[in-house]
Amino acid sequence: MLKILKYSFYDLIRSRWSYVYFLFYLILGFVLLFLNNDVSKAVITLMNVIIVLIPLIGTIFGVMYYYNSREFTELLLAQPINRTSIFMGQYLGVAGSLTMSLVLGLGIPFLLYGLLRSDAIFDFSLLLVTGSFLTFIFVGLSFVIAISNENKIKGFGYAVLLWLFLAVVYDGLFLMSLIVFEEYPLDTFSLVATMLNPIDLSRILILLKLDISALLGYTGAIFKKFFGTDIGFLVSMAILVCWTGLPLLVLGYKAKRKDF
Amino acid sequence: MTITIKDLHKQFGKNQVLKGVDLTIDKGQIYAILGPNGSGKTTLIKSILGMVLPDKGHITVLDKPIKKQWKYRKQIDYLPQIANFPPNIKVKELIHMIKDLRNSPSAEKELIDLFGLGPFLDKKLSTLSGGTKQKVNIVLTFMFDSPLLILDEPTTGLDPMALIRLKELILKEKSNGKTILITSHIMQFVEEMADQIVYLLEGDIYFKGTIPELKKQTGQTSFEHAIATLTTSENHAENTEI
Repeated sequence: MLKILKYSFYDLIRSRWSYVYFLFYLILGFVLLFLNNDVSKAVITLMNVIIVLIPLIGTIFGVMYYYNSREFTELLLAQPINRTSIFMGQYLGVAGSLTMSLVLGLGIPFLLYGLLRSDAIFDFSLLLVTGSFLTFIFVGLSFVIAISNENKIKGFGYAVLLWLFLAVVYDGLFLMSLIVFEEYPLDTFSLVATMLNPIDLSRILILLKLDISALLGYTGAIFKKFFGTDIGFLVSMAILVCWTGLPLLVLGYKAKRKDF
Repeated sequence: MTITIKDLHKQFGKNQVLKGVDLTIDKGQIYAILGPNGSGKTTLIKSILGMVLPDKGHITVLDKPIKKQWKYRKQIDYLPQIANFPPNIKVKELIHMIKDLRNSPSAEKELIDLFGLGPFLDKKLSTLSGGTKQKVNIVLTFMFDSPLLILDEPTTGLDPMALIRLKELILKEKSNGKTILITSHIMQFVEEMADQIVYLLEGDIYFKGTIPELKKQTGQTSFEHAIATLTTSENHAENTEI
């Protein structure tokens, strides 16, 4: 598996798109820091961009990589290599190279700006950690979609729909249900609903660390009470780990039973 | 016996591709697997490789059952039909990579010289022409010393010189005692190379035997016509004894 990972990773970090993705974060990081002159504000803006962009890029990249390397995967399948290792290696290659673009692209400008001397280092690391989680989650989901659909167009369609649902539609449904059921106590419901969507969970996690949760009103207070504690933080991280693991289990299951 | 296949069934959706194939492949011979498009040739080959998982049936390679195994593939060199490689890596790196993955001794240098791939070693795979890619594909397949060779349409895109080299290479491997399975639509190539013909039709083996036997059975003098007769006689539904 490590060999497959190594080659997928090398193949990807040399592709043009990895550089574009890396440069995008690099430029974004520099621009935000020099326009804002405030690390904390820059982190918030970055969060808003990252939370939507990472899942999108992760899904598209994952699906694209899977379909583009289909013939090569067939070549690998004829070699004396375990099936699961092939797909896990490719998955880690894609997710790893995207994460590297993210961490380096944002890390370099922040380091140059003097992050290590600022208080925002924890917030910033949390941003990178959740960003990495989101990359792994969505690349995993996109691999599951791609392996389940022979038809490229369908695969792309489902992947984009998944992103649209989790990034946009889910919040809409969530808000609507809050309005419809406003007569009822919704504390637990909103907590659970937030936890079930990795994008929302990441957003809340970062927001609450940024001490602007006062803006969130009453619900914010509940969230703060839960996520703000160490237990809440650990639970959230555990859920992100589950979100990362679940697609991999499905991927392994599908890979063992698929005809190529 | 190198490969034995018993009662192999495979269905894709509603399409039943293999309907109870029984086949034994003996050591040291060249087998040509022929049949019209969609007759199940590639499915049969991929079942042997473990890429397609049969619904029913039993396959052994070198006397070992292959179900849920992968290490046996070390004994097989497979040339896939469409050679589509990762675009960003160089020919040299791809060869190195496959060597690294298989971890077996390899003889790529002579093959690179044989097919004149020297000037392409530092080129990226995306810049190569179809024929050159097929040459790379051939080098990747023949550079290992495995007892079983499976070649799916090996002649695709090759120029006449490379085709001659390929034929020499196949005969050399045969003289080393290897078992070789070939699919091809080029009848002249099959006639020159094959010892045994396996003719698949609608998911079952319709004919198995040598070329003289085939000519005798169909009453044709040319191999190409004999194969064509096999295909068309099905329409008259008269030729059932094999």
